[in-house]
Amino acid sequence: MNGDLVVIGNGMVGQRFVDALRARDPHGRWRVTVLAEEGRPAYDRVRLSAFFDGVDADALNLHTPHEGVRLRLGEPATAIDRDRRVVSTATGEHRYDALVLATGSYPFVPPVPGADLPGVFVYRTLDDLAAIREYARGRRAGAVIGGGLLGLEAANALRLLGLSTDVVEFAPRLMPVQVDPAGGAMLRRYVEELGVRTHLGVATTAIRPGPDGAVAALELSDGRTVDAELVVVAAGIRPRDELARAAGLTLGPRGGVLVDDTCRSADERIWAVGECAAVDGTCHGLVAPGYATAEVVADRLVGGAATFPGADTATKLKLLGVDVASFGDAHGTTPGCLDVTFTDPATRVYAKLVLSDDARTLLGGVLVGDASAYPTLRASVGGPLPAAPLALLAPDGGGADAGALPATAQVCSCNAVTRGDVDAAIAGGCADVPSLKACTRAGTSCGSCVPMLKQLLDAAGVAQSTALCEHFDATRRELFEIVRVRRIRTFSRLVAEHGRGRGCDICKPVVASILASLGAGHVLDGEQASLQDTNDHFLANLQRDGSYSVVPRIPGGEITPEKLIVIGEVARDFKLYTKITGGQRIDLFGARVEQLPQIWRRLVDAGFESGHAYGKALRTVKSCVGETWCRYGVQDSVGLAVALELRYRGLRAPHKIKSAVSGCARECAEARSKDFGIIATETGWNLYVGGNGGFRPRHADLFASDLSTDALIQLIDRFLIYYIRTADRLQRTAAWIEAMDGGLDHLRAVIVDDSLGLCADLDAAMAHHVGSYSDEWRDVLDDPERLRRFTSFVNAPDVPDPSITFALERGQPVPIRGGTPTARDDERSGREREPVEAGRRRQQVALGLPEVRR
Amino acid sequence: MNGTLTWTPVCRLDRLEPDRGVAALVDGVQVALFRTADGLFAIDNHDPVSGAYVLSRGIVGSRGDVPTVASPLHKQVYDLRTGRCLDLPGVSVTRHAVRCRDGLVEVRLRQED
Ligand SMILES: Cc1cc2nc3c(=O)[nH]c(=O)nc-3n(C[C@H](O)[C@H](O)[C@H](O)COP(=O)(O)OP(=O)(O)OC[C@H]3O[C@@H](n4cnc5c(N)ncnc54)[C@H](O)[C@@H]3O)c2cc1C
Ligand code: SF4
Ligand code: FES
Repeated sequence: MNGDLVVIGNGMVGQRFVDALRARDPHGRWRVTVLAEEGRPAYDRVRLSAFFDGVDADALNLHTPHEGVRLRLGEPATAIDRDRRVVSTATGEHRYDALVLATGSYPFVPPVPGADLPGVFVYRTLDDLAAIREYARGRRAGAVIGGGLLGLEAANALRLLGLSTDVVEFAPRLMPVQVDPAGGAMLRRYVEELGVRTHLGVATTAIRPGPDGAVAALELSDGRTVDAELVVVAAGIRPRDELARAAGLTLGPRGGVLVDDTCRSADERIWAVGECAAVDGTCHGLVAPGYATAEVVADRLVGGAATFPGADTATKLKLLGVDVASFGDAHGTTPGCLDVTFTDPATRVYAKLVLSDDARTLLGGVLVGDASAYPTLRASVGGPLPAAPLALLAPDGGGADAGALPATAQVCSCNAVTRGDVDAAIAGGCADVPSLKACTRAGTSCGSCVPMLKQLLDAAGVAQSTALCEHFDATRRELFEIVRVRRIRTFSRLVAEHGRGRGCDICKPVVASILASLGAGHVLDGEQASLQDTNDHFLANLQRDGSYSVVPRIPGGEITPEKLIVIGEVARDFKLYTKITGGQRIDLFGARVEQLPQIWRRLVDAGFESGHAYGKALRTVKSCVGETWCRYGVQDSVGLAVALELRYRGLRAPHKIKSAVSGCARECAEARSKDFGIIATETGWNLYVGGNGGFRPRHADLFASDLSTDALIQLIDRFLIYYIRTADRLQRTAAWIEAMDGGLDHLRAVIVDDSLGLCADLDAAMAHHVGSYSDEWRDVLDDPERLRRFTSFVNAPDVPDPSITFALERGQPVPIRGGTPTARDDERSGREREPVEAGRRRQQVALGLPEVRR
Repeated sequence: MNGTLTWTPVCRLDRLEPDRGVAALVDGVQVALFRTADGLFAIDNHDPVSGAYVLSRGIVGSRGDVPTVASPLHKQVYDLRTGRCLDLPGVSVTRHAVRCRDGLVEVRLRQED
């Protein structure tokens, strides 16, 4: 199956569906168009109320752009023509081979007189909330119709806006769907204590206007009236099935697009996901079952056989500061089931567990006041109790540790991740919550399972110390701030004031790199020299036999014939093994330390500079020939690559940094496998971040599109400096972004929207780097002090290291296996010659083919 | 066996940078010399794990109270006082005697395991 796919609705589930499809359809067999009614891309509706805590719309964003997906904001679908297979909007038509409805729900407004008065709102979208905030200004009395989950969230919002708040609920208790009468009573005590008046078991019979025509009061069925200048109606939701209805699709018994357990409607080309879908007749008003439908349809569209696994209706929320949770068979409807309840008036905690008739299996429960046991309990539903009931219900959730769960228990229900999945990820090397999130997706939606992820890491014995090493308790990021803010310039002062001992091969290079990033002078000056890894110490790359390799910078991979000849001559004269690298430059192997200055003298004289192949620093910016030569190219990719490489050369970082620039979307430079990659577009550049090859290959994510060169440079400047300042030791950009709270969106907020107010500082730091760059090798050659250390033996500066010897392979020098000892050495102790290298079998590779002509 | 039991002068003390090693050729044997806050140390320059002569180029530091050097190739850590590898049981390098006389560093080779 493939072709044109139209998605109607870009809400939480519509977005998850597109993400899930893109993950399963990497080659873009489906061309996707998303029609969205709202003017902004998908956001986290579950956390909508955070808007009133000052969380701005951007922080709630859930939308990630994908290649091959067109998002049409503010362009709602108006009709579906199933015969012609087109969806119309006000501006045109969209043909489909498959159509996914993800239109969500609309708030149900009871048909009472006055429901359309000014000052009456619903609570569903960011626009609704913005309007409520606006209208609340200068008003004092608010009321909410509906005492369920949404109504209590709305009541809290009105409180935060400074309004007095009344809640009217038709049922005899608050949150009737989720909690039982005893839990509801406890909840009511909490809520009333916060000054929210509740009116339970009564209906609103009318909404009355004041003299200005706007709402002024509610009339209740018991005859009372409640003052209200602002009213929020939160009386339930109804599926948005109007398009489906008009197109003649079958609906569920209580509305919603009727679909089977594959989420397909009566029309085999039309699917429904999220709240608008009546799966086997039932609509689900929570996000977890919605996500499950999204995964099912994504799987089906690439030929899979997934079916809807059933709905998890568990909910946990903090309402008005009160923890409330409900899961499984909370109301005890299973025949013969038993209740265990626990009420503590002192701490005001109520808890109920519903058990099977033999008291062995947990069926569900309700928690009010303290929900710390919720994650473990929810994950245990359907299985044996993880501890004795009273231990589980003790206020600190004492017995409720995820370590007691069976492998089949679902730890993250938003993303259907079991304990077994998490344990497997831990065994596979995940050592902290961010990597578990990245690996399993657990914890990436509502976040309520994150404490369990920590417990499972503990249970697996994975120590979660963030200390850099035994000498520093701080992380690299913290050390960076200490060094930067306190202007510390030596390791000895840093370790004396903020650490202990003498340092080691972990912390010393980290500090060396921090000092280098902060521009604290030449890497070989003073005490800094003793901190460097041997590579940085000799400004060359140590190889297996103790010799070094030399890599001059060739910006963008562009080189003149004259310079190419110089490299050839140097390699020939010093008998160096020569190889083209993957980063479009030339690596010369087999140099002894005392040869390095001689080699570099010749290279520097010919105009070469250090390529920093030895450093945790910017390596190369690869490029394709781009628009200059290539008939497809749309921008000058080589020119940009050269400029970027020269701008960022010498920039020291927590790990090596690679980049590439492609001249068009064909991506010949493989920019998406780089820490930052740039792909030319007709009008500018697309910037991708967080890619890498190596041990765990990863494609970079699109960060910004169609940038001007200036805008691009500014973003990369900030990206790099923010990375350098905040990443962990040896953390590449991909892992850094994954570990970031809020991921790519957070990064965007910081370096695009300047949410932390850092941008000016980041810009200045990069300007300082660019302005103060000088070639490390030229600086060494100019300074006899620095040159002095380039000898093999301190007492015999003219003697070459006798242990470095070569054999010929395919016409070039290569190390002799195991090294050739000096005669003198051999006599001393023959057994030293065998390196301690176990279990490796070197395969022969000659294949008996003709020799390469030399 | 040609191990000398005499002291061989190697270089002036100020040629040794604090916390950084150098290699010296003493009677044909490659010796790694270190100057740290705990004093002078000399061990074989030969890295028994890789077979390369590189220990003098490792990073000097401490583990607990033990003065150490880490192989620059694969990062195993050695006790500078004894030559014992702290990461791989049973692996060690020969240590040699070293002293400073009149500003001159002198080494005496050791024949031991
Ligand atoms: C305040 C609040 C708190 C909540 N708290 C929780 C919670 O704690 N836990 C939980 O599980 N769930 C909670 N929910 C419910 C959760 O937000 C929904 O289950 C989830 O958003 C459903 O996703 P959806 O994509 O199906 O619908 P939506 O997110 O509503 O998205 C549907 C989108 O489709 C658009 N659309 C509709 N018709 C058209 C059309 N014709 N053309 C184009 N676009 C169209 C709509 O404008 C909307 O943007 C909460 C909801 C609210 C409002
Ligand atoms: S990426 Fe585009 S411009 Fe560059 S070489 Fe390939 S086809 Fe040509
Ligand atoms: S349970 Fe919601 S993110 Fe895991």
